[in-house]
Formats: sequence, C-alpha cells, structure tokens
Amino acid sequence: MKYVDEFRDPELTAQLLHELETATTKRFRVMEVCGTHTMAIFRSGLRGLLPPRIELISGPGCPVCVTSASHIDAFLQMAELPGTHLAVFGDLFRVPGSNGATLAHARAQGAKIDVVYSAMDGLELARRNPAEQVIFPGIGFETTTPTIAATILAARQQNIDNFMVFSTHKTMIPPLMALLGDPALGIDGLLCPGHVSSIIGAAAYQPLAEVNHLACVVGGFEPTDILQALILMARQISEGRAEVENAYTRAVTWEGNARARSMVDTIFEPADMEWRGLGTITGSGLTIRKEFTGLDAQSRLSITVPESKEPPGCLCGQILKGITTPPACPLFGSGCTPSSPIGPCMVSSEGTCSAWFTYGNHT
Amino acid sequence: MTQNIAPLRPETILLDHGSGGLASQELISSLFLKHLGNTILSALEDSAVMENQPGRLAFTTDSYVVDPIFFPGGDIGTLAVHGTINDLAMRGARPLCLSLGLILEEGLPLADLERIIISIRDASQNSGVPIVTGDTKVVPRGKADKIFINTSGIGLVADGVEISATRAKAGDKIILSGSMGDHGITIMTRRAGIALAGDLRSDSMALHTMVQKLLAGLPTGTIHTLRDPTRGGVATTLCEIAGSSGLMIEIEEGRIPVRAEVRAACEILGLDPLYLANEGKCLALVAPDIADQALALMQACPEGAEAAIIGTVTSGDPGRVVLKTTIGGTRVITPLHGAPLPRIC
Repeated sequence: MKYVDEFRDPELTAQLLHELETATTKRFRVMEVCGTHTMAIFRSGLRGLLPPRIELISGPGCPVCVTSASHIDAFLQMAELPGTHLAVFGDLFRVPGSNGATLAHARAQGAKIDVVYSAMDGLELARRNPAEQVIFPGIGFETTTPTIAATILAARQQNIDNFMVFSTHKTMIPPLMALLGDPALGIDGLLCPGHVSSIIGAAAYQPLAEVNHLACVVGGFEPTDILQALILMARQISEGRAEVENAYTRAVTWEGNARARSMVDTIFEPADMEWRGLGTITGSGLTIRKEFTGLDAQSRLSITVPESKEPPGCLCGQILKGITTPPACPLFGSGCTPSSPIGPCMVSSEGTCSAWFTYGNHT
Repeated sequence: MTQNIAPLRPETILLDHGSGGLASQELISSLFLKHLGNTILSALEDSAVMENQPGRLAFTTDSYVVDPIFFPGGDIGTLAVHGTINDLAMRGARPLCLSLGLILEEGLPLADLERIIISIRDASQNSGVPIVTGDTKVVPRGKADKIFINTSGIGLVADGVEISATRAKAGDKIILSGSMGDHGITIMTRRAGIALAGDLRSDSMALHTMVQKLLAGLPTGTIHTLRDPTRGGVATTLCEIAGSSGLMIEIEEGRIPVRAEVRAACEILGLDPLYLANEGKCLALVAPDIADQALALMQACPEGAEAAIIGTVTSGDPGRVVLKTTIGGTRVITPLHGAPLPRIC
C-alpha cells in the first residue's frame, strides 16, 4: 500500500536501527507523548528492537485516557435526560465514570447513544431527528478540535438548533509544561505527537526545549518515522543539545495549520481543564465561546460537573505522568483488562495499559 | 365492479403473517415454497425425515442478526446459509441439510424478505445443501431489528476424519484460505455510512467443497484443525486453537493476505484486520510434510485461490500466539476484547 509500505520496509528499518544504535552513546529516557505513538511502537514490534539504552515512557497524549471521571459522569447525566441522544466516539463508550458506570451501561438501560466516526455524523443525526437533542461529547486535542469547530460552524450555518457539543477539549503544551517541570521524571527527550503538531506546528515545542532542556523531535507514526525521530534525538542528547527538530516534514511544518487554529479560536476560548490523573491544569482546556452558547450543551442543559473520584487502586494518574509503567499497577491484567477496564488507560486502544496488555509480553 | 380492483396485498410483514392462519399459509406458499421448495420442505410436515446414511452426524446451529441486512458481497440470507455450512465443514463434515428459522419485525418490506429468500435459495442451490424444515415468527415493531435468522445444519463425517482444535500438533503449518477482514470491514464501513473508494465486499462463501477436496486429496489424518475465523477474526481464532491444543502459534505478518482496500480502510479507521470477521475463509492446520500439497489443493479451488501459509505451530509457550511483524519485531496476539471500535484520531 502506497505511503505505508515504504515506511515499514524491513531493510530500511534494519538500517535505521543500526544508525540509532550508533547515535545512542548514552542511556536516555524518552516520553512518547501521543497514544498513537505508544500503540505504533508496540504494534510494529519496534519496542523489542530498540537499543536497550533507550527507555520509552508513555505520556498523557491519549484523549480518552485523560478524560476525567467527572466528565464521564456528566456525559452519563446527559444520556439520562429525556429526549437526548448522544453521539460519541467509539473509544469513549467503555470508559468508566466515578462509580464504574459507562455509556455502554447507560445504553443497555435504554439511553440513546450512537457511536459515530466524526462530529459531523452527530450533526447529521440531529438533522434527521429534529425531535431529539443530539449531544456530542467533545474530547481530544488539537488534532480533533478543528473538526468539532467545523461541525459547530456547520450547525450554526444550517440552523440546526438541536445539536450541541459538551467540550472537554484539551491542549497539549500546558500539561507537558506542568508535567515536565518535575525533574524527578528524568526525561531527556520528547517524541512530539505528529498529528497534533500538524496543527500547532513544530515551533510550539520551543519553550519545552528551552525551559526544560528537552530534545524535542516531532515524529510520524510508521516504524521508520519513529526511528528517524529517535536518531535525531539520540544525536541531540549525545551532543548535549536541546532543540526542536522535525522528523515528520511530510505532514508537519514549523508554523502548523493557521487556518485550522483560527477556526478553533472562532469557536473556543482557553479555560482551566481537569485531566484524569493530573488534576486541573490552568489554561489547558477549551470551552465554547459565549457567541455559540446555543451549541454548548453544558450551559444550555445546565450540566454541573461533579467532583471526580478515581477508582481505588488505579494507577492511571501515575502512568499518565510517566512515573510508573502498567505492570506496576496491582490491578493490571487481574482486576483491570480491556474486557472490563477499571482505569481509562485500559479502555482506549491507544491507552498505555491497553497497549501493554494487548501487545506486551504479559502472561 | 369490485372485480376490477386488484386484491389488497400487504407490502409489508404484518403480525398476521406469524399468526399461523391464512396469512401465514399465504406467505409460506407464495414466498418460501416458491423459492425454497423441495420434496421434503414442500410436504410441510412437522419435521423433516432424512434417509439414514453412513458416517457420524455433525450438528450445528447459528443465528444471524447482522445490520445492515444487505451489503456488498451478500446479505443476511447468504450469511445464514454459508455460515452454518462452514461450521459443519470445519469438522470435516459433508453438509446434508439446513433448517431455516425466521424472526421478522412487523413492517419489514415484503420485497426485502423476498430478496433475502432468493439469496438463501441461490446460496443453498449453489452449495447443494437444501433447506428441509423451517419456521417463521413475526414480532411487533421494535421487538426485533428487521429480520433475524437462525439456521441449523446436519452433516456427515466420514470414517477416519478427525478434525478439531485439540488435534493441532507442534510442527503443523497454518494455512489461511485467502485474504482476511473483507467481511468485517465491509459491514463496519456500511454501518458507519463511510463511503470509501475501492471494492470492499464481504467474502461470504461456502467452504465445504474445498474442504471435501482437501480430505479427498490428502492422506488420512493429515488435516488436524480447521476453523473459520468469523467474529474476532484470525487473531481470536488462533488464540482459541492455541488454548485448546496447549501449543504455541507463530505467524508472520508479511505472509498474511490482506487486500489493499481492506488495509487502507483499516488504516483510516484505526482497526487491525487480524480482528475483523471473515465469512468465507478458513484456517487449516496441517502436517508439515503435506503442507505444500494442501496449499496447492486450496489454491486450485476458487474459494482458496489466494491461500497462503501464514505460520507454524510450535511446542514453545503453551497457549500463546506471537506475530512476527514486517519490520522484524514480535508482538503477542491476544483475543479480541469487546467489539472493535474505531479510534478518535
């Protein structure tokens, strides 16, 4: 398959692995920020091929995993309101709220919930069912937000007034600044998320390189993309440099996608946001601007977001911070599996725990 | 005057059609027997009586609730015939006959029902496996989704044929009879209303003829296991075989046939074709010395034209399935957890 096979070429991979081996002159710790990276590294079998001196730590870049229990509780509240119909992303469906209930449970009890592939599908659902209030729980980072913004604009333009979004959208840089300010983590390099970077641009990581002295490299998601990014990172680290480099030039520019960002700015404004496991981080979220209140489910339906309660024993918070790895969690693989997840990192196919469970060498 | 008015014919299924009264009889004669009739079925007795034949009986049942009911490459009717035939074939049985149980939702267009019955007729005739008994019930609107079908099947297993997941042996070669994921991705994209370029089609197909050719062409006892990787896909089926046999399975990603359209759709939706359903494929675990012969026999059949040896059974780590990736890494394969869902990004 074009644009895929050439980036999974076994010979090229072997050559890049050799280059990486040579470039890795000392032990270093990399945080792969994005869940898609975590999964790609496991799925391609790359993890077992990397030089043992490179330690990979998964970061907070799985949008489902960082959705707080309280937000799931709010989604459940909306699902139970008469006349509402939720349109949700598939991997949100099985994420437990504070008391373990999920949208899957709510649907089994009669709530109207459809899994959709995009927010536009939710808008279409609203158009076809004018008697219902269709609510789209907005989750995701800079990659997803522009599509939600475009949907809100389309709803406004088409005068569809029974469609609403509940925004829990998040931005990537504030939590990284908060997280990586802790020297105890001992992170040397950041494998920056390719998809998010296509919107925010490689330049966005400049403060992380400068303030936190991190070797930041934007990487794509195919095995050779990831290896190329790690080679650049290894060279920076051996030479004592901390800069932003872009190893995903076929999708990411230095400036990013200004048009997408401007659309997001039209609809959303920065706000404090609660992250699962990380708490509330100043300015790390996006709420819908007052001009679009009619499309904001939270204000229109007066939904109050309850206080979050994390499931007892669950170490997702520490795993999202890169402090610990999934097998260290007492629930991993015993109480908590992809079939009956307790923490959100096990629910999403991109979650760190799910990746370790599905592709790791557990018994 | 009224003679010139065409008789009022309902164009949808009504509760009356399941009443057992005149409307039921009308449906049976004008639709079911018209298309599916044979000497046993058309006798309308309470059960079918079959002539005694040599061999051990294989008996299986399966229910079909797929949504959408029509999709490229087949419909719920073709699945109901092929799926049950394939379950018999996977034990080495020669399928003899099928039952057909229909649960219809009030309001189902009669034209849709007829289209499905015609598919069932074609699938049954092409496979040479008749429907010999049947039943129809109608439930109020909303109590079922358009149409649910149950088929049971009876087959005969010849002496000396012993095929089961527990008979896999270390050293066996694993053959997949063709490309994987075609059915699963077709249904998922149709269900989501996603229009993708390329020819995505279900692989709905009966495999018993190919299996009989394998049995006839290979030394007795050399086919150890046959499984059709339906729901849960090749990954889950291999995990089941590894579990039942207490052996380890090693497969190679680069050897597994996947059509370019299916791969592309999976990349877009964030799905793994190893976990997608197939409705016309089988996994055959065969003795290593006849593996090439078995592969050639399969490839000579239209059902197995794209068959490939994808891996080996070993005595390594009992119950474990390991995939060697195209770039030379390895990863453990686990059974499917829950339904495959698309990722958000």
